Amino acid sequence: MSKIIPHLGGSRRRFIRNAGATVALASTGLSMPHIAQAAGAVKIGLIHPATGWAAYPAAQLRYGAQMAIADINAAGGIKSMGGAQIEALLGDSQTKPEIGAAEVEKMNEAGVHALQGCYQSAVGLAASAAAAKYNIPFSVDVGVSDKLVGRGLSNVFRMADGYGRIARDASAYLGEINAAAGSPAKTVVIVHEESEFGTGTAKLLTPALAERGLTVVDTIKHANPTRNFDNIALRIKSAKPDIIMPINYPGEYVLLAKTLRQQRVDFMTSFSVLGGGFNFKFIDDMPEIAENMIDVNHWYDPRSASGQAMRKRTEADGKYFTFEVYCAYMSIMFLADGFERAGSTDKDAVNAALASSTLEVDFMPYDKTEMVNGQNMGSRAVAIQAQNGDCQVVAPSAYASSKAVFPRA
Amino acid sequence: MLPAAMINGLMYGAIYALVALGLTLIYGVLHIINFAHGAMLMLSLYAAFFLFHLFGIDPYLAIVIVTPAAFVFGYVIYRWGVGKLSGGRDQNILLITLGLSIIIENGALFFFTGDQQTVSLSYSYDAVDLGFVFLSYPKIISFFASLLICLLLWALMTKTDLGRAIRAVAKQREGARLVGIDVENIFAITFGIGIACLGAAGCMLLPIFYVDPYTGNIFVVIAFTIVVLGGMGSIVGALLGGFIIGITESVGGLLLGESLGQIGISLIFILILILKPTGLFGSKV
Amino acid sequence: MAARNSTLLFCAIGFAALAFAPLGISSKFYLDILTLIFFTAYIGQSWNILGGYAGQFSFGGVMFFGTGAYASSILVNSFGVPAIIGVVAAVFAGAVLALCVGYLSFRSGLRGSYFALITLAFAELLRVVANSLEITGGGVGLFLTYAPGLQNLQFKTPVGFYYFALILLAISIAIAIWLENSRFGAQRVAIRENEDAAEALGINTLRRKCQAIMIMGAMGGAAGTFYSQKYLYLDPPIAYSVHLSVEMLLVTIVGGMGTVFGPLIGSLVLHTVNEVTRNFIDTPGLSLIVYGIILIIIISYLPNGLIGLFKGRGAKKTDARQGDGDA
Repeated sequence: MSKIIPHLGGSRRRFIRNAGATVALASTGLSMPHIAQAAGAVKIGLIHPATGWAAYPAAQLRYGAQMAIADINAAGGIKSMGGAQIEALLGDSQTKPEIGAAEVEKMNEAGVHALQGCYQSAVGLAASAAAAKYNIPFSVDVGVSDKLVGRGLSNVFRMADGYGRIARDASAYLGEINAAAGSPAKTVVIVHEESEFGTGTAKLLTPALAERGLTVVDTIKHANPTRNFDNIALRIKSAKPDIIMPINYPGEYVLLAKTLRQQRVDFMTSFSVLGGGFNFKFIDDMPEIAENMIDVNHWYDPRSASGQAMRKRTEADGKYFTFEVYCAYMSIMFLADGFERAGSTDKDAVNAALASSTLEVDFMPYDKTEMVNGQNMGSRAVAIQAQNGDCQVVAPSAYASSKAVFPRA
Repeated sequence: MLPAAMINGLMYGAIYALVALGLTLIYGVLHIINFAHGAMLMLSLYAAFFLFHLFGIDPYLAIVIVTPAAFVFGYVIYRWGVGKLSGGRDQNILLITLGLSIIIENGALFFFTGDQQTVSLSYSYDAVDLGFVFLSYPKIISFFASLLICLLLWALMTKTDLGRAIRAVAKQREGARLVGIDVENIFAITFGIGIACLGAAGCMLLPIFYVDPYTGNIFVVIAFTIVVLGGMGSIVGALLGGFIIGITESVGGLLLGESLGQIGISLIFILILILKPTGLFGSKV
Repeated sequence: MAARNSTLLFCAIGFAALAFAPLGISSKFYLDILTLIFFTAYIGQSWNILGGYAGQFSFGGVMFFGTGAYASSILVNSFGVPAIIGVVAAVFAGAVLALCVGYLSFRSGLRGSYFALITLAFAELLRVVANSLEITGGGVGLFLTYAPGLQNLQFKTPVGFYYFALILLAISIAIAIWLENSRFGAQRVAIRENEDAAEALGINTLRRKCQAIMIMGAMGGAAGTFYSQKYLYLDPPIAYSVHLSVEMLLVTIVGGMGTVFGPLIGSLVLHTVNEVTRNFIDTPGLSLIVYGIILIIIISYLPNGLIGLFKGRGAKKTDARQGDGDA
């Protein structure tokens, strides 16, 4: 009992898979000494809310991370470390900060070399702070709070955006789309959920939209969960906005969209920011409602071959290609690149390597990675629109795969 | 907008009442608080969802399948589960139902994944225009169907032998046993009827809401409030309580904003307990 | 008196062992889990004071925790008060809230399920209010600064929080022992067994029940400070989660209601079951299914709680009825 073995079941399965990869490599003459490799495995702990209300995004995050790990291992592991294989340790935060922090302690005991998580910002804050005590590199795969980075913790990094950068981008894209259509839109109503994500984003959006000549005529905050959106729909109707900007979680996002339709609310477009419910599943389930809705979100670069290939693989596995999948994939790549350049699992060396990362992620519409206080300044959210049952990037124009339909038909 | 908010509140209130009905009946007769209520509502939602998804059965028609199935499920769960394992202690019944809710919720997560499911019906967005508000067909159907079910349950409880037996057990367990009523069977039947109400509620709710393994809990506190407001065990009270709470939620949201507006529900909950703990119709079944 | 002395001796040895445990346990993870076990046992004991000893079930026990957490965090954040003083305010805030809730409900004669439900309603009310107030940070929540030091009740290593939790646990057990042996406690048990008879015997039941809930409130308040200083973030869903309300009654009933060691045993066993199942099962949901089944098995085989396994002290008392809701 002196040493715990996290997730025995998972480790066994992974071991078998890794062994298979080794055999494959051996036949091509690239083999590594079997035992040395097993001993020198790079362990990455994945902490996600696998049970609880966020179980779905958590499953998607795990899936994306494990896909990345399998790919890296199949391609020869961490080459500067003699082809060391990456091993995933799976953690479940059960949506609670204290459990998330305890998982960090457990994984530290298990000799983890880096951590990734946690979807919920509250859990991410607690877990990354716990990791900071041991200086364990921590990569935030998805977590929108801007408090996660910039707390002066030198071990915490985020490749994707937080809501601050996304709010800024969103207002720019809306301005761009509006201007291209001859500036028909003048007014906006923001509908946001009550926690930090919604409230913080809404607060940043109002002045940013004003700069683009858009006036926020009403800001409506709602509870999590909200059972009934009829009142909100009627309030929006009476404010007669040109644009509706929802900032909320999946359940509320879908209910609001349905209710707007039922109450015959007329508007030019729904332009959500990190719209929790806007994804391929939503477009499949409710094609009529989704059509021409716009969302600003983490998104892959649809023009990239690797992005398309990843989407095909995901769909072949019977899963939707949601942003969690490629954000988790990217986060693993980022960590692996850090190990590659550090050439060891020494925590200081890895943190330094991660802080100076210049990784180029070809399947994301990102610039070269540049970490400032743990935040990647090369990241970029894009505006996506549901068009004919698919999702198209409509802004910024440099990455656009289609022209925005605005105002919607 | 006030009339619109009231109409909307009324519409939702009927469905809330249906969720509360199961709770109030089980409480009124068995004197137990069912912690698995939300989990069982979620199961009904999934049942309706899969009937639609796999067989194309309209959720409103699925009532005739889901409701009896829920009754059987409830009967079995009580007869060979809750009733047996708890040894009749109140605090243990509480924990058995809590354990049950953990098993059901995570079972749903395991089998159905955490993915959120919705249904789109051909008439989902058809609506009646009242001038100041649109009432969608699903909401109208849910409203009247819920009223009908409340009425049926009321008739069952007051006009049938089974209803009389249930009420006898609720009032006087031992007395009922002495006159030859199989009390354990009546308990299980009552539990079954309570869960059957959830079965119906799940079918009503699916077209206007969504389902994931944790959806049920969204309606639990509201259901408790309605039960207390209407008087524990009262069917008429549950219906009326449902309307009052539905309207309070809706009007509160309108006046105070949708975040603070939730305060009305807790305030009514507290005030009614302090001022009139037996509720509006506080007879014991 | 012999029984009492043996309990005290047992406690002294137990706590001495636990106090030296960090010297022997190098695993920070085990220390962290032990810390959580102590914390849950402590908060369970607070529930036990009112629910187990005085027979008043509550479904909203989290409100004292949340209010205490907010009280100290606001003092720390907005007024620069060190947390070691903040915890006093948290205890006070918890007790005052408890008095308000207790007086309002007990004076109205609420018992059984009715009392349980009104506490749930108060917790919900406070959650909604905390979501809308400026001073609590609304839905955005409060972020506390990481500044280790005894005066801030923050520690660099898990060992510090381990001792913090251990001290809380020791206090809670001391309170329970004192209650079991004092006249005050005996009156409370009388209230649990038959409130009307207790009243007839001249016990001021309203006063006694209010005192019990105030102890619970004060204990919950301190727990709030512990949590917020450990995890440095607080928002309404964390502060007033139904989950914690359930957890405190769960560990207490599973361990043994109305007993000194019930909450600790319940917390120890349930946390261990949770950790072990999580360790061996990766598939989401499956581990908690096993957890739920184990929970039901414990309840059905040990209706008086796990303490029934340890014959002797504390095992004899049982059947604190929840009441039939006949308010």
